[in-house]
Amino acid sequence: MLKLLSKFKFTEYLMIILSVILMYVQVNLELKIPDYMKEITELINTDSSTMNDILKQGLYMLGCSFGGLLLAVIGGFIAAYLSSKFSFNLRNRIFKKVQSFSTSEIKKFQTSSLITRTTNDVTQFEMFIAMGLSMIIRAPLMAFMAVGKILNENIEMSILVGCCVLTLLITISIIMFIVIPRFEKVQKLIDKVNGVTRENLTGIRVIKAFNAEDYQTNRFEEVNNDLTNTQLFNQRVFAVMNPIMTIVMNGLTLGIYIIGTFLILNAHMIDRIDIFGSIMVFTQYGMQVIMSFLMLAMIFMMWPRVTVAAKRINEVLDEKLSIEDGSIKYVETEEVGTVEFRNVSFKYPDADEYLLNNISFKANQGDVIAFIGSTGSGKSTLINLVPRFYDATEGEVLVDGINVKEYKLETLYNKIGYIPQKAVMFTGTVESNVAYGNTDNEITIEDINTAIEIAQANEFVSKMDKGIDSHIARGGTNISGGQKQRLSIARAIARKPEIYIFDDSFSALDYKTDSVLRKALKEYTEESTMLIVAQRIGTIINADKIIVLDDGECVGMGTHKELMENCEVYKEIALSQLSKEELENA
Amino acid sequence: MPRHGKTMEKSKDFKGSMKRLISSLKNWHVLLCTSLILAMLSAIIGLTAPNKLSDFTDLISDGLKPNINEKTINQIMEDKNINEKDKAEFIIVMDEIKKEKDTLKVYKKIDSLPKKVFDYVKPKVNESKIKFLAILLISLYLVSAIFNFIQNLIMTYISNNFAKTLRSKISNKINILPLKYFDEHETGDILSRVTNDVDTVGMNLNNSLSTLVTSITLFIGSIIMMFYTNWIMAITAMIASLIGFTFMGLILGKSQKYFVQRQTELGNLNGYIEEIYSGHNVVKTCNGTKDAILEFDYLNKKLYKCNMMSQFLSGLMHPIMGFVGNFGYVAVCVVGALLVMNNHITFGVIVAFMIYVRLFTNPLTQMAQAMTNLQSVAAASERIFEFLDEKELSNQDHINGSLDRDKVKGKIEFKNVKFGYNNDKTIINNFSAMTQPGQKIAIVGPTGAGKTTLVNLLMKFYEIDSGDIIIDGVSINNLTRENIHKLFIMVLQDTWLFDGTIRDNIKFNNPDVSDDEIWAACKTVGLSHFIKTLPGGLDAKIDDSDSISQGQKQLITIARGMIENAPFLILDEATSNVDTRTEELVQKAMDKLMKGRTSFIIAHRLSTIKNADLILVLKDGDIIEQGDHDTLLSKNGFYAELYNSQFKK
Repeated sequence: MLKLLSKFKFTEYLMIILSVILMYVQVNLELKIPDYMKEITELINTDSSTMNDILKQGLYMLGCSFGGLLLAVIGGFIAAYLSSKFSFNLRNRIFKKVQSFSTSEIKKFQTSSLITRTTNDVTQFEMFIAMGLSMIIRAPLMAFMAVGKILNENIEMSILVGCCVLTLLITISIIMFIVIPRFEKVQKLIDKVNGVTRENLTGIRVIKAFNAEDYQTNRFEEVNNDLTNTQLFNQRVFAVMNPIMTIVMNGLTLGIYIIGTFLILNAHMIDRIDIFGSIMVFTQYGMQVIMSFLMLAMIFMMWPRVTVAAKRINEVLDEKLSIEDGSIKYVETEEVGTVEFRNVSFKYPDADEYLLNNISFKANQGDVIAFIGSTGSGKSTLINLVPRFYDATEGEVLVDGINVKEYKLETLYNKIGYIPQKAVMFTGTVESNVAYGNTDNEITIEDINTAIEIAQANEFVSKMDKGIDSHIARGGTNISGGQKQRLSIARAIARKPEIYIFDDSFSALDYKTDSVLRKALKEYTEESTMLIVAQRIGTIINADKIIVLDDGECVGMGTHKELMENCEVYKEIALSQLSKEELENA
Repeated sequence: MPRHGKTMEKSKDFKGSMKRLISSLKNWHVLLCTSLILAMLSAIIGLTAPNKLSDFTDLISDGLKPNINEKTINQIMEDKNINEKDKAEFIIVMDEIKKEKDTLKVYKKIDSLPKKVFDYVKPKVNESKIKFLAILLISLYLVSAIFNFIQNLIMTYISNNFAKTLRSKISNKINILPLKYFDEHETGDILSRVTNDVDTVGMNLNNSLSTLVTSITLFIGSIIMMFYTNWIMAITAMIASLIGFTFMGLILGKSQKYFVQRQTELGNLNGYIEEIYSGHNVVKTCNGTKDAILEFDYLNKKLYKCNMMSQFLSGLMHPIMGFVGNFGYVAVCVVGALLVMNNHITFGVIVAFMIYVRLFTNPLTQMAQAMTNLQSVAAASERIFEFLDEKELSNQDHINGSLDRDKVKGKIEFKNVKFGYNNDKTIINNFSAMTQPGQKIAIVGPTGAGKTTLVNLLMKFYEIDSGDIIIDGVSINNLTRENIHKLFIMVLQDTWLFDGTIRDNIKFNNPDVSDDEIWAACKTVGLSHFIKTLPGGLDAKIDDSDSISQGQKQLITIARGMIENAPFLILDEATSNVDTRTEELVQKAMDKLMKGRTSFIIAHRLSTIKNADLILVLKDGDIIEQGDHDTLLSKNGFYAELYNSQFKK
């Protein structure tokens, strides 16, 4: 929490100090108002006073009030500036930090959580600062100064004010004590209501097929009842709060009147007017004191939520990067387009078991290397080591004869065209998506068109109303999954990489497009190396080298023909997809 | 304090939605009225209190004026208990007082009077009346608080039960909506209606209605009471407050623009963050990081600017409110003082007005707040009602045919079926086919060819436009949906399991199934060993953790199908998201499930397709070819092309 706040700059600290001073003056001015009020009261009850005296006091009052307003405006501006500047900077820092993350950090936090941390959590914090700069400073200032004022004024009435504050604070504490644990329960129950409804929606066909509508309804009603009852309980407890608050406030006024009456009746004539004035003042000050304590209570209620937000933000900012950038920028390498694994093993940092065990192979320029195996066999993990989404735990991964860790990431990525399993689309146009990351304008319009053609995307891009300038909606929702995948492949082609990495990128395409696309790509880039992870035998049947993975071990390496003869696992996979004759015909 | 970051939702038809909302509260109308009346009473009591407080003040201020007049002077003179010396002193003091202009000095002189004389001159205060007023005020405050409390309780009860009913209604509605609705709407959208919208309605309705009633009562009441007390003061207080409010309205109007802008910018930024974060790998490998940071900076800056303005302006509300309050307060004091000095009013009236000003200004802001809240209630309830008003499944009362699932042989005939998801676009044109009991029908086609359409029609999830589907001689038009569902086992590829035990999931809607039968089904599909290894066996919970693999989940859904034991089967064959070995297990289980049943299989494996009695080839939703493998191959049409494409060199 404080750690985040310590990021303020010197000038910003000055502004904070300035706003404290402003607040101090403002509170002083506001507390003057009841004083003038008292003057007026006394003037009215003194026969000898004139109209001018009263008007003068009234003007003072207005002056103080207006002065307070002006200071509040300046203070408000500072608070708004500081808080929005703060959130601006914080968002920027988080975003940059996340950009430097590797896949393992992203996985650790989960994308959705990172998004809320960058947006909601920061907003929480921002609100806290915006309110804090007024409330946190103002409430205690007001409370202490108002208490100071009344203590000098009249001891009996001060005790009454103290009692009222105490009553309120105790009530609030008790209510919070009862309710806060149940708040968490409510949150869980809301999640449950959501969960059952989600189940209902995703399984609507199954539920209907089983005529199980009533069954689901009963399950829903159960959580619905739970939720309603818990919430009802909470709100009932809260229903006490409002009446108690009004009673305390009204009681305070009445109490001051009653005490005042006693004091007046037992006082000398000369003191009576003064006491009478005190009654008027106390009803005002007392209210101020109670209000500021209420504000303080509110801050305390906000506190836990903000600390949680701060903790979540700090977790991101403090995360140690698992991937460090290398230093090699531009080198003429001896080898071009080669990928080599030398005894590579991999496990997640805090895992016991290895996901990949002692993998070695080499891909030469222009080779098509395919990886196949059941889910969890480690094939995606394996190719993720090339673009350093993770680093090998043991052994070396070499690109063009140099360990990937030694490259500057930017240099490494310029050699690689990576296509993920799930196509990623950015808001923009077809063109901006295909030419993504084209900061130096190295990708020409011809490159884009060729890429689209090879990726078999021309067929639908040409039908779109503005061709390559057609709009792509957020997340690519205006085109189909297969179309997205084709554009995503086009994006890699347009960058003319030495090495293509297809992480199961063909599954979203139908068989026909899949085969035509691969054929066109092969013709276009004879000398590009391709690493392909696939599920379908048909996709990889013609690869130069197929690497069969099972539980992280390489259990076979060779061409389709070779593997059919000597690799049991491969044969099993192949037979589950194709019949014997088909395989023989292939 | 205005809430930051809250979207201002405008309803399309505020009046209509509110009317409907109120009428759907009809179960609670009596309670609602009671609660609102209580709120009103509580407010009215609150209004009479200042008046009493004013009397109270006047009674106290009686204690400030010494009781010196002809009568008291005579009484002192005639009192035998007062000695002559004191009387003489009194007369001297009286003379001095007459000359003295300064009140304070007068009082000092009076204080110096002998005790016995002082008792006569000291101000007369009606102590019993003060006592009475104090007790009256305490009771008023207490009664008002109790009313308030009861009213809160009732409103809480109503709003929570109303929310519960709304949730139930939505949940029930889900079951009676045609599938078309779900194919066209996002899950997230419906979910947010169940939770967010219902919450908004429940919470805000609770607060807004009573706040509105209280505020209006206070507002009108305070005007009446002010005029009743003193009309000059009333006009002063009202004008002063209204000047303040116009001022505030101007600022509010200005800030609205920034609030809207802030919301848009926040949305843009969120969208961008989501996009970049979820495409992290692509952004990195395309070296798009620099670009991304630049773009983010740009959006972030835009947000920063309107964020600052909107925060600044919304932060102003509080101080301005304070100033408006003080302004009214000063006006009341000054004008009141004038009137007191001219003996038009007593001092107590000023005290009363100081409270009235507050009672008059607070409701105005509260009403504004309540109205914004009601706006979002209206918007949310519109979304809820819109959902509740969606067209439901067609009425089945006229249907009299029925088929007993134990007696059905398993014959299905498609007769000139025509169907389209939209009226203007028919996708299945004139499809006819005939299947015999126990046959296997494979449905094939490229992804997105609409293989689920056939399932939709068979299960009567959608109704055909023309033609007929005849099950064992009975048209599906003449069978209820429930009846048809009873005849079919459906096992889909996206394994749907719910949060519960394995037993619950297998048993599902068949409460009479014994554990023995469940175990038998598990054994058949090859699950029993696995279930025995789980802690709790059949009672093991199914959750998101990895203890149950995708393939095993699929096996559970197959076991569920086994239990159902119906004559027809619709099966979505597993594709490659299951590892090879489990896939084999799943395949075996599926083969067992198909035995003896007329099966429709959305096929992915060529062996299944080749063994099928009938292959239906789909493209763009329509069935373009049908026949067995060899016939279709020799036709050299789409099927042949599809089949060969995998092996093209």
